[in-house]
Amino acid sequence: MASLLFYLLAATALLATLLCITRRSPVHAVIFLINAFFALALMFYLLGAPLIAAWEVIVYAGAIMVLFLFVIMTLELSPESQRPALSRRQWAPALLLFLLLLISAGLILTFDPAGQAGVPFFYASPRSFGAALFNRYGLAVEIVSFQLLFAAAGAYYLGRRRKARQPEESS
Amino acid sequence: MNDLLLTGLLMLIKLGMILAVLLTMAAYLVLAERKLLARMQRRYGPNRVGFGGMLQPLADLIKLLTKEDFLPAQADKWLFLLAPGLAAVTALLAFAVVPFAPPLELFGRQLPMVVCDLNVGILYFFGLSSLAVYGVALGGWASNSKYALLGALRAMGQMLSYELAMGLSIVPVILMARSFSLTEIVQAQASLPFALTNPLAFGIFFIAALAESKRTPFDLPEAENELVAGFHTEYSGMRFGLFFVGEYLNLVVLGAIITSLFLGGWHGPLLPPIIWFLGKVLAVAFVFIWIRGTLPRLRYDQLMAFGWKALLPLALVNLLATGGILLWLGGAS
Repeated sequence: MASLLFYLLAATALLATLLCITRRSPVHAVIFLINAFFALALMFYLLGAPLIAAWEVIVYAGAIMVLFLFVIMTLELSPESQRPALSRRQWAPALLLFLLLLISAGLILTFDPAGQAGVPFFYASPRSFGAALFNRYGLAVEIVSFQLLFAAAGAYYLGRRRKARQPEESS
Repeated sequence: MNDLLLTGLLMLIKLGMILAVLLTMAAYLVLAERKLLARMQRRYGPNRVGFGGMLQPLADLIKLLTKEDFLPAQADKWLFLLAPGLAAVTALLAFAVVPFAPPLELFGRQLPMVVCDLNVGILYFFGLSSLAVYGVALGGWASNSKYALLGALRAMGQMLSYELAMGLSIVPVILMARSFSLTEIVQAQASLPFALTNPLAFGIFFIAALAESKRTPFDLPEAENELVAGFHTEYSGMRFGLFFVGEYLNLVVLGAIITSLFLGGWHGPLLPPIIWFLGKVLAVAFVFIWIRGTLPRLRYDQLMAFGWKALLPLALVNLLATGGILLWLGGAS
C-alpha cells in the first residue's frame, strides 16, 4: 500500500515538474509546481516525517508560491504577452544538465551499495524532531537563523536606499 | 472481518454526519447573517420563504442552480472552473483536525470525535488556510477581468501578511499546551481556557482570522464600492455559490479553530460537550457578523500597516513573554 502510494506520488511529482517547465503560461507553470510540492509533502509524510510534510505545504506551497503568483500576476497583465518558446541556445545547457544528472544517478546506483537499499523507516514525531534539532544542532540552527536575519536586513537595506535616494534626485 | 466492517461503518456515519452538519451550518449562517445584519439596521431581513424565512437557504440554492453557468470570453477555462471548488474544499478539509467532543464509547470501543487526530493538527490547518488563497487568486486571475484580478491581488497580499501574525499568535498556545495536536490543546484547557491565560494571543488570532476570512473590516478583496464584487465578479450560478459556501464554511471552521485553541473546546459545566462546542462556535460566528454590522472597511495601506507594524511585533513580543514566563514558572523541562 505504502509503496504503491509512493510510486503514484513520485509519478505525480515528476509529471508535474515536467509540465511546470514546459508550460507557456507562467501561472500554469506555478500551479504545476505547487502540485509537485504537494506530492513531495505527501512523500515526506509517508517517510514518517509529518512535521516536514506540514512545513513543505505551509512554506513552499502556501507562502513562497503565493509570492511567485503575486509577482507573475502583476507582471503578466495581458494574456498575449507570454513567454516565447525555448530557443535553440537554451536547449544545449538543459540537455547537458540532464546528461550530468543521468550519469551521476547511474554512478550512485551502480557503485554505492548503500544507495540501492531503501531508506529505513523512521518515524519522527514533532516533539522528538524538535528536541533532536535543538539539542544536537542548536548552535547550527542559531547560526543559520542569524544568517537569514542578515539576509533579510540586507535586502531591506538595499530596497530602502534606492527609495530614499529618489526624492533627492528629483528635488 | 466483522470488526473491520463495523469500524468502517462507524467512520462513514461519522464523516457523513460531519459533512451534513457543516454544510447545513454554512447554509444557515448565510440566513443568520442576513437576519442579524437586517436587525442591526432596523430591517426584518428575509422572512417570506417558510416560517420566518427558515427555507430561504433552500430557495437560494434552487435559484443558484437554475442560473446560467457563465464563462467569460478569454477566461482561462480550466482554472476558472476549478477555482470555486478549491475555495470550498480547502475550507471543508480544514475541519478534519478539529475535535468537537471527547471520545465516545460505542459498542465497546472508543470512537474519537474528530476526523483525524494528526499530531501536527494545527500545522495541517495552517497548510490548508494558506492554500485557501489559491481558490481566490486563481479565480480572480482566470476571469480575465481587471476587477477580479485586483481583488485576487489584494486577497493574496492580505492573506500572506496576516498569516504570519496568525501563525506567531498560536505559538504561545502550542508552548502552553506542549503539543501540536488540537485534541491535546483542548485537553490542556480543561480548567482554564487559553483566552483567559493569554488574552493577547487570543486577540491577535481573532483579528488575523477576520482578515483570513476576508470579512469586514478586512473585506478589501471584494470591496463592493471599488471592485464591483472583487475576485468573484465574473462568476454566476452555483460557481458563485461555491465561493459563497466556501466563505461561510470558512467562518464555521475558523469559529471551531478559535474555540479549540482559545475557548476551551468542548469543555464546560452542566451541558453535554457537543452543545458547548456548537454554542462556542456559533458565538464566535455571531461576533464575526456583529463586527460586520458595526465596523467600516479599512483602507488598503491601513490594512498592511496594521498587519506588519502592529500585529506582527505584538505577536513576537507575546511569544517572547509567554516563553519567558513558562520558563520562569518551570513549566518547560
